[in-house]
Amino acid sequence: MSGVVLHAQGLCKRFGTTVALDRVDLVLRAGEIHALMGQNGAGKSTLIKLLTGVETPDAGRIMLDGRAIAPATPVEAQRAGISTVYQEVNLCPNLSVAENLCAGRYPRQRWSGLIDHARVQDDARRLLAELHLQIDVAKALGSYPVAIQQMVAIARAMGVSARVLILDEPTSSLDQHEVGELFTLMRRLRQRGVAILFVTHFLDQVYAVSDRITVLRNGAPAGEFSTAELSQAGLVTAMVGREVTSAVAREPHDVVPGDAPFVVEARGLGRRRALFPVDLGIRAGEVLGLGGLLGSGRTELARLLFGLDRADSGEVRIAGEAVDLRQPADAVAQGLALCPEDRKTEGIAGGLSVRENIALALQASRGWWHALPRSRQQALAREFIAVLGIKVTDIETPVGKLSGGNQQKVLLARWLATAPRLLMLDEPTRGIDIAARQEIMAEILRLARQGMAVLFISAELEELTHLCGRIAVLRDRRKVGELPAGSDSRQVLDMIAGATS
Amino acid sequence: MRRLFAHPLAWPLAALALLLLANGLFNPGFLALQVRDGHLYGNLIDIANRAAPLALVSMGMTLVIAVRGLDISVGAVLAIAATVAAWTITHLEAGGSAHGLLPLFAAIGAALGIAALCGLWNGLLVARAGMQPIVATLILMVAGRGLAQLISDGQILTIYYAPYAFIGRGFLLGLPFALFVVAFVFVALKLLLDRTALGLFVRAIGDNPAAARLAGVRAGAIMPALYLFCGLSAGMAGLLVSSNVASADANNAGQLLELDAILAVSLGGTALTGGRFSLAGTLIGALIIQTLSTTIYSTGLPPQVNLVAKALLVVVVLLLQAPRFRQQMLSLLRPRPRSPA
Repeated sequence: MSGVVLHAQGLCKRFGTTVALDRVDLVLRAGEIHALMGQNGAGKSTLIKLLTGVETPDAGRIMLDGRAIAPATPVEAQRAGISTVYQEVNLCPNLSVAENLCAGRYPRQRWSGLIDHARVQDDARRLLAELHLQIDVAKALGSYPVAIQQMVAIARAMGVSARVLILDEPTSSLDQHEVGELFTLMRRLRQRGVAILFVTHFLDQVYAVSDRITVLRNGAPAGEFSTAELSQAGLVTAMVGREVTSAVAREPHDVVPGDAPFVVEARGLGRRRALFPVDLGIRAGEVLGLGGLLGSGRTELARLLFGLDRADSGEVRIAGEAVDLRQPADAVAQGLALCPEDRKTEGIAGGLSVRENIALALQASRGWWHALPRSRQQALAREFIAVLGIKVTDIETPVGKLSGGNQQKVLLARWLATAPRLLMLDEPTRGIDIAARQEIMAEILRLARQGMAVLFISAELEELTHLCGRIAVLRDRRKVGELPAGSDSRQVLDMIAGATS
Repeated sequence: MRRLFAHPLAWPLAALALLLLANGLFNPGFLALQVRDGHLYGNLIDIANRAAPLALVSMGMTLVIAVRGLDISVGAVLAIAATVAAWTITHLEAGGSAHGLLPLFAAIGAALGIAALCGLWNGLLVARAGMQPIVATLILMVAGRGLAQLISDGQILTIYYAPYAFIGRGFLLGLPFALFVVAFVFVALKLLLDRTALGLFVRAIGDNPAAARLAGVRAGAIMPALYLFCGLSAGMAGLLVSSNVASADANNAGQLLELDAILAVSLGGTALTGGRFSLAGTLIGALIIQTLSTTIYSTGLPPQVNLVAKALLVVVVLLLQAPRFRQQMLSLLRPRPRSPA
């Protein structure tokens, strides 16, 4: 392996009284894919912010090619050779791919000083060709799926001749096929001698693509490992700091008898261009899984069941009676709850406190006139902070300041406070660390045992098979079948992929 | 000291105090109060009294802005309400039924009813038809004045009916009646927002409309109600203004009021991006604007200076409220921390 490109030594950073990063080292070598792992709040984001000049370290230094650098802004870091691609692609969707690729350094016509649009397109095409990407550079970036946008973002980062490429949770919103394409691209860049820092929550992806792993825990280094020599259990132990004993799993007696009545039932429920008519019934005490690729109609089905979109065919029956769900408030009144896929944009109200966020749905269902007394709101918040293990000291903290896992728990608490009949969870564990994920899954099982009906949507087959009884599978906006309790991930995968068994 | 200045009302209050203090220094009689005929008189009372219409409208505007909205039709709605009130009184008088207090209540009812309808119209356009607030309320801003002029036949309507004068010029317990109107609306709103769940819903919608909807908050009902109240507050202001000058000028009443109201709201520390709002801050904002006008008139500067001074004040107060500017200023005051390395 060739030499060290980036060497961060003893980086420290504190925000107020909290130490975010304490004497952390990081070594990136040319031509390696280096995974950065850690739970939420372990300091990954802070480390990246220091490397990319978003924040400046309180102590320690960053060496790039043997020279100390001190980037004060992302632009300075980029000029020095450190480029970053974030989970949310921050390019301009309304501009063309070519314009995005060349933004900030447009080639000019020599005689007029105006932008040379022909050369913009040529440059863009050449840049993409180097990465073996073939897309129409004249089309608007927003017209491409997120996966392509992300690759364009990577191409843009490479266009400024990056020595170090930081990928911050790039796979969170990609389906399995797209993840594969991204990995191919990453390996290609590795061959060209780029040092890649890969941040993710997915263990299998770390093992699929990375060469070395640096683990952070509570802002401190927890070791640097060679991927080949570290077992998954060893990695988890390094991240969590203790042996993770048993994974959460359904037990045989959790199976609900097949002749029990449905709590909530969809009959021919569908919406044009979103979902072909679907029949689906959920029983009390059951965790029903909903599997399928991104865009298969999983989220659309949940949205229809919750009145978030209007169905144009079929009906929803609750406890045997057809109900008209015009808006989410109607669904909430019927005892339904939905934790949406996109926590930030549709879930939490970031500027409101933990207490207010937890009380919001219960208060909404009571109407504006019957205010929950503040003491009751505080009691609710404290109760769920204890039950779900939400890490927050003051219930008046704005939710936006919590980590992703804790935000998700606040969202869960909001719905549990309404004691729903049916809890729908759309990718509740996305972007959440392992410990929080296990806690949330254990809580779901506990709720089901108490008689709540749960609809669990996940792209992760392991989660589905561990947690769920029956699993309904969607493909291309159709329900293609149901698997009985006890199916393994192979069977789910086969049905998702459309193999005939 | 730093904790004190971290309070959201600290900067607006400081600005108001500074303005009044400067006036007191250059014009020793400025802060004096005196009792004449059992009424309290003085520049401070005068400022509060003159600020009343703006304060009312600004409170309505605060709630609309708190849910990421805007209502630029308030000036026009004020003109409509004033005209309708004057028209009602004139017609009842002409019809010979100007007995007792009937015209007074008829005028108030008609003006406020029309103003509330105007607000509801705005609210339905925004919340149900999904129009951009600035465009939706632009319709009434333009059409409203036309409507008012149609009612008044393009004339300035003069009000000779004496009981009506009480609203804008009367005194109660030694204080101008208009102050009681503002105080009543403020307290009623505070109770409504804090004692019911309305305050929580308003902030939730303003902070994240999609999340509020998904949590079951009926924004489709709440937002029209807020616009309706904003219209109503403009209507009340219309009553104060027309009563004070005993006439209704469809063309000029409430001219540019929407801008002053937005200014008062932002001076008071309400975020124009929604979610965070302060009614008390808004009242202070309205007082700042009126104090500035009064200052300029009382110093004998040409009234045109008022607009420029207002602009300067806006720049200063808004800069003080901008987090980045404040941080830079604070870091200038603080000794640089030594690096621990």
